[in-house]
Amino acid sequence: MPTTEIRLQRYRPEQDNAPHWQDFRVEYDDSTSVLDALEQIKAEQDSSVSYRWSCRMAICGSCGVMVDGVPKLGCKTFLRDYPKGLTLAPLSHFPIEKDLIVDMSRFLAHLSAIKPYLIAEAAPKGKPYRQTPAQLARYKQFSNCINCGLCYSACPQFGLKPDFLGPAAIALAHRYNLDSRDQGKSERMAQLNSDNGVWGCTFVGYCSTVCPKGVDPAAAVNQGKIASTLDGVIQWFKPGKETSK
Amino acid sequence: MLSLAKTITTDVLVVGGGGAGLRSAIAACETNPKLKVTLLSKVYPMRSHTVAAEGGAAAVTQAHDSLQAHFDDTVSGSDWLADQSVVDYFVKHAFDELVQLEHWGCPWSRQPSGDVQVRRFGGMKTERTWFAADKTGFHILHTLFQTSLKYSGIQRLDEYFLLDLLVHEQRCYGVLAIDIASGDLVQIQAASVILATGGAGRLYQFNTNGGIVTGDGMALAYRHGVALRDMEFVQYHPTGLPGSGILITEACRGEGGILLNKDGYRYLQDYGLGPETPPGQPQNKTMELGPRDKLSQAFWHEQQQGRTIQHPQGEVVHLDLRHLGQRYLLERLPFICELAKAYVNVDPVKSPIPIRPAVHYTMGGILTDANCATSIRGLYAVGECASVGLHGANRLGSNSLTELLVFGKVAGREAARLASEPSQPAADSLLSTLTTQALAPLQQLHNSQGSERWQPLRQQLAASMEQGCGIYRSEAGLKETLTCLAQLKQRYQQLRLGDSGKAFNTDLLHALELGFGLDVAEAMCQAALERKESRGAHQRQEPGLTNRNDQDFLRHSLAFYQTRPGARIEWQAVDTSLSPPAERLYGGQRPRGQSSAGQQPTDNPPKESR
Repeated sequence: MPTTEIRLQRYRPEQDNAPHWQDFRVEYDDSTSVLDALEQIKAEQDSSVSYRWSCRMAICGSCGVMVDGVPKLGCKTFLRDYPKGLTLAPLSHFPIEKDLIVDMSRFLAHLSAIKPYLIAEAAPKGKPYRQTPAQLARYKQFSNCINCGLCYSACPQFGLKPDFLGPAAIALAHRYNLDSRDQGKSERMAQLNSDNGVWGCTFVGYCSTVCPKGVDPAAAVNQGKIASTLDGVIQWFKPGKETSK
Repeated sequence: MLSLAKTITTDVLVVGGGGAGLRSAIAACETNPKLKVTLLSKVYPMRSHTVAAEGGAAAVTQAHDSLQAHFDDTVSGSDWLADQSVVDYFVKHAFDELVQLEHWGCPWSRQPSGDVQVRRFGGMKTERTWFAADKTGFHILHTLFQTSLKYSGIQRLDEYFLLDLLVHEQRCYGVLAIDIASGDLVQIQAASVILATGGAGRLYQFNTNGGIVTGDGMALAYRHGVALRDMEFVQYHPTGLPGSGILITEACRGEGGILLNKDGYRYLQDYGLGPETPPGQPQNKTMELGPRDKLSQAFWHEQQQGRTIQHPQGEVVHLDLRHLGQRYLLERLPFICELAKAYVNVDPVKSPIPIRPAVHYTMGGILTDANCATSIRGLYAVGECASVGLHGANRLGSNSLTELLVFGKVAGREAARLASEPSQPAADSLLSTLTTQALAPLQQLHNSQGSERWQPLRQQLAASMEQGCGIYRSEAGLKETLTCLAQLKQRYQQLRLGDSGKAFNTDLLHALELGFGLDVAEAMCQAALERKESRGAHQRQEPGLTNRNDQDFLRHSLAFYQTRPGARIEWQAVDTSLSPPAERLYGGQRPRGQSSAGQQPTDNPPKESR
């Protein structure tokens, strides 16, 4: 079996003052993923190496990691594509906890902040809402986010200003705003209109490039800007009403 | 010396952030909004393995379907080992729970009319499986997680690892957990505790499960004297990818996919599932839409007879979807197309997918009554970790996602009711004693000067389970695996950790998970050894044991923990009050009037894509 070199960023909070690099040589074949390689390292070379993982099939969102400086899912990135070796580091723009594990709490706080649930007065009693395939298609792609955080590592704004809601949270807000069953848009616009909302985005678009699930958060942000503008304009023409906060 | 870093007090503690845990946390809040509900999970809730369920969730939906039919399919699918009053409750509440999820925003796939779309599924007489493309579990989990954020009564402890239950004289007072980020030990006192910790598929080498599915809750309840019921019934999903075992959903076959051996022959017709149906015109309960146990067994026979296909990662058969066409595949099975491309480099539009059976689901689990209560007061269990009595010897695909919802609600409600009653809190001295006891094994692990590592032990466990407790079992094979397990348990006592740190010590967590797994594996093998018949997913090879034997074994197995090797097995009557045992029949064997596909839903599937 061929082997390749993995340069891994280590950081053990109890003994290291700063992150440093450690090299490992691993065996691989056509099917070996970065996650498989990490398992190999942990099993055979250094069992203190720590990383998150679970499903192995690119749906649980645990194993985001920087591969040669690009945010990727470890389980869906293959060593065959890096014959000259590769470097692995924790996701950028998040505080490092240990080795490849980062602190996701700010990301989760942003998700919660945009009220990511259906807000509606009364649902039809005992039966589903009607929602046509066309109505479903309006928001469907934005519901496919697996919360892996890769887009936050790709987002220069989030790197500079961690209070920025960021691509996934804005896409999720957009997902509910576009849902024909939802009436909570005005409640979410306060967040989206704020300094940390859609206007924080400088439209680099890298978030959509790195998304492993084909979600287009950049489109959500852009459409959010239009919605935000309209929201402002509408409020302007409603005398006696305060702009939505 | 290990010591507690902090103590948390709550009313209802839910352990596990998957579908069952989230649903029960929400139900607990709704039952009594004044309660403090704590949701503890070893991963962020949206990483839980519910996320990987693909195909769908079953409930009687169409006018020509009936609760009786869903009941009959489930009972017959279980090979009459399901508790029938539980199945009855389940089918009656299934639809309302799926509607509830719809009202919470789940993006169910739709018909042109805007009504919810349903698809065919194995062992189901009529189309009744709701789906969200082929990521149903993902959407259910995220809908539940996002909805849970609405409830201020729910406090989350993300990335906390369950170390032990605090139980004294058949009463549960809470749990002991590790805060994974800091490594701190945390005592959580609770009036009621719900275990929603998932299955144990990782005990096997080839499995569809995530790394976290290690049987933790099962093992802890078991060690505290709660029976594990029907543990011998381990479901092999017939279509996993070779090597990884990654799940290729049954919905592929529901939508019309066919299975071919090395001669391009649809071998299922030789195993009581025929007659052959035309490709792309699936018929319910026939051929590829037979139940999972029978399909996985058919693969085993094909392999024995040399009719499987050699693949670099083992023997396979082919799942052919090509006749469904690109447009239809991308609409109904987009995730399958993505997985096949990424993990076996196959485009299902152009080539068949290599597949093999892989362990998918543990039918058995922590014994509960119909209200999800265990034999320990204050301790409940729900979802895959539990055995409420729904699945018997074989689970039908798309019943378990609905189970999470129907019984998640029951568990949350019951736990909240108990927590709302006035009760005597445990004395500090008792909690202190229980905590000290619970910490002893951890202390031993930290102090160990042994030379064993958990990785090779885990590999041997998985290989031995696959070898001795797989699709077909025999006394000799099971005894060999039990001997292996006893040796592994001995060696486990000599385990030494390779990481002495506190923060994110995943080396320690994997070692603890292995300890849980060894106990659960023993319960599985012992129950399999003592069930001297063949029923559902449990098939014995010895002459005289290859058929179902209702006379002696129309009974649940109950495995009880013992400190010496093996488990103690008792037997429990099955509730067959509503439908007397009969033969399971699929394909053309079924009596007239039961055999056809049922009415075609108007737009399922679109004709132009054929």
